[in-house]
Amino acid sequence: MQMKAENLFFDYSTPKTLRIKISGNWQIADGLPVENDFSRRLSPQADIKQITFDASGLGNWDSALVAFLFQLISSCAAKHIQVNQDGLPAGVRKLLALALAGHEKVSPPKAMPDPFLAMLGDRVIKAGVSLRELLDFLGQITVSFGRLITGKAYFRGDDFLAIAQKCGAGALGLVCLISLLIGIVLAFIGALQLKIFGAQIFIADIVGIAMVRVMGAVMTGVLISGRTGASFAAELGTMQVNDEIDALKTMGVSPVEFLVMPRILALVVMMPLLTLYANLMGILGGLFVSAGVLGINPVEYLHHTYDAVKLNYLWVGLIHSLVFGVIIAVCGCLRGINCGRSASAVGEAATSAVVSAITCIVIATAIITFVCQVLGV
Amino acid sequence: MEKSLRPVLEARHLELAYDDYIVMRDLNFSVNKSDIFIIMGGSGSGKSTLLKSLIGQKEPRKGMVFYSGRNFWQAGEVEQQRIMRGSGVLYQSGALWSSLSLAENIALPLQLYSGLPAAQIREIVLLKLALVGLSGCADFYPEEISQGMRKRAGLARAIALDPEVIFFDEPSSGLDPLSARALDDLILQLRDALGATIVVVTHELASIFAVGNNAVLLDADSKSIIASGAPKELLTNSKDPRVIQFLTRGEKQGVA
Repeated sequence: MQMKAENLFFDYSTPKTLRIKISGNWQIADGLPVENDFSRRLSPQADIKQITFDASGLGNWDSALVAFLFQLISSCAAKHIQVNQDGLPAGVRKLLALALAGHEKVSPPKAMPDPFLAMLGDRVIKAGVSLRELLDFLGQITVSFGRLITGKAYFRGDDFLAIAQKCGAGALGLVCLISLLIGIVLAFIGALQLKIFGAQIFIADIVGIAMVRVMGAVMTGVLISGRTGASFAAELGTMQVNDEIDALKTMGVSPVEFLVMPRILALVVMMPLLTLYANLMGILGGLFVSAGVLGINPVEYLHHTYDAVKLNYLWVGLIHSLVFGVIIAVCGCLRGINCGRSASAVGEAATSAVVSAITCIVIATAIITFVCQVLGV
Repeated sequence: MEKSLRPVLEARHLELAYDDYIVMRDLNFSVNKSDIFIIMGGSGSGKSTLLKSLIGQKEPRKGMVFYSGRNFWQAGEVEQQRIMRGSGVLYQSGALWSSLSLAENIALPLQLYSGLPAAQIREIVLLKLALVGLSGCADFYPEEISQGMRKRAGLARAIALDPEVIFFDEPSSGLDPLSARALDDLILQLRDALGATIVVVTHELASIFAVGNNAVLLDADSKSIIASGAPKELLTNSKDPRVIQFLTRGEKQGVA
């Protein structure tokens, strides 16, 4: 939106002086005149040495007028044109004086875009730093674990139980709903294919094996990353912002012992239990579809499941869940402990905890599946 | 005899920096027993960074920090922890551990280092809470009390182990004038009662004149200490316009 031209009138009648008549309303809602426009109109009169104002016709004004004049005066200073502010309202003159006073002695260095190679180098250095932080953190966890086993660590059982309850029992509803639905989806997709061969009963095998071996653990892992991993990162990040972690260090308490160990242990204990529960719910989901939609006898379905799912598969699933528990807790706590000291840093820590945990879960699943394949499990 | 004259806390040629950016260089000062020592300076002058290097949270680039003659940054981790155990810190926000009740917050350092049975720890906790005027709040959680109460609880935690040195980071920030005044009185009482040495980082003039008997003024432009001495004497005797301006909120320009 552009200011109406009639609000600004340029009077060249006096030699070497430009008299600017400002009239009408100058408000932010009406827009500002374009500064370039002013320079263009000024340039043909190269011998202008002074600018004066006539604001007798000025109506309502706000920052719009001051912003325009501020820019005008700044550009005139560069062209060595004297600006006489006498014709302006007193309020405008005061605001201009304040703006032109230049309180700030230090101006922050302007961020220049780095050349490509510098950016690349920067990224590599940052990746190196993150790797060192991770190794350092894992080292601290190992040391703390050693101290915990030998009874030297400061470990609060109450904290452990409270966290276990929050990340275990508190997640049951969500895990139940999602696993049930995953079981149902698996059963439906399987049924479409198996129907062609008249082998619907093998849905029990598909759902049972898939859930117990990998799907139960992976789905629980993804859910818990979003729920508990993010909450670990945000909790510890907020503690960092509030100086709580510094206060621990000053007191000679290792934040890893006090804050991280209870979280890792709680999740390592709770993840397999949640996974077992997810497996059961998935199988039940398959049972609903088979019995309700495909008309398979539930007892026969359960019998088939019992035959198909070997104990080894259960162990494979539980190993997945243990590894995921460690991954989620370590990612969440690492991001939280290394969080910056602002509200946005806490948000970033939570996001990156979830992203890195899910990525690591997928990578870990691939590795475990490959190892199981090689070992013939 | 020589031992008692040794300063409780001493900084020698301290240089503080973030990566390549130097915050302060060549800082020298010493804090004697039972002093209330003020580190003052404008916003961004490096007061908090200096505090961090005094309480073991940020290693200075150069220079040394001595606690009763023990070189802190040269000491091993165990020795550093032992030194820090002899000092308490009240953070700007109180920095109470949010998952613990007030009593548990104050009990934690006692559980770690005193070796006392739980019942006796509880007694000490209740005493410390009473000292800061929070009797009856033992089982509240930090989120359930006001900012001023959190600061006082943070102070109770800082004095849990009867430290030799107590650090205060901007004690009056976020407090109303009366609470700020009450905290100043508390600082004086603690010094008199515990004989503790107190280091306060602040730019609140009222607090500076009310409690401080020795001070340094940090200046961001010259990255150094531009004045040291008792705040009231600085105000009357200093010839440096920057010092006079700081101590009078710019109302007097000082002698150029």
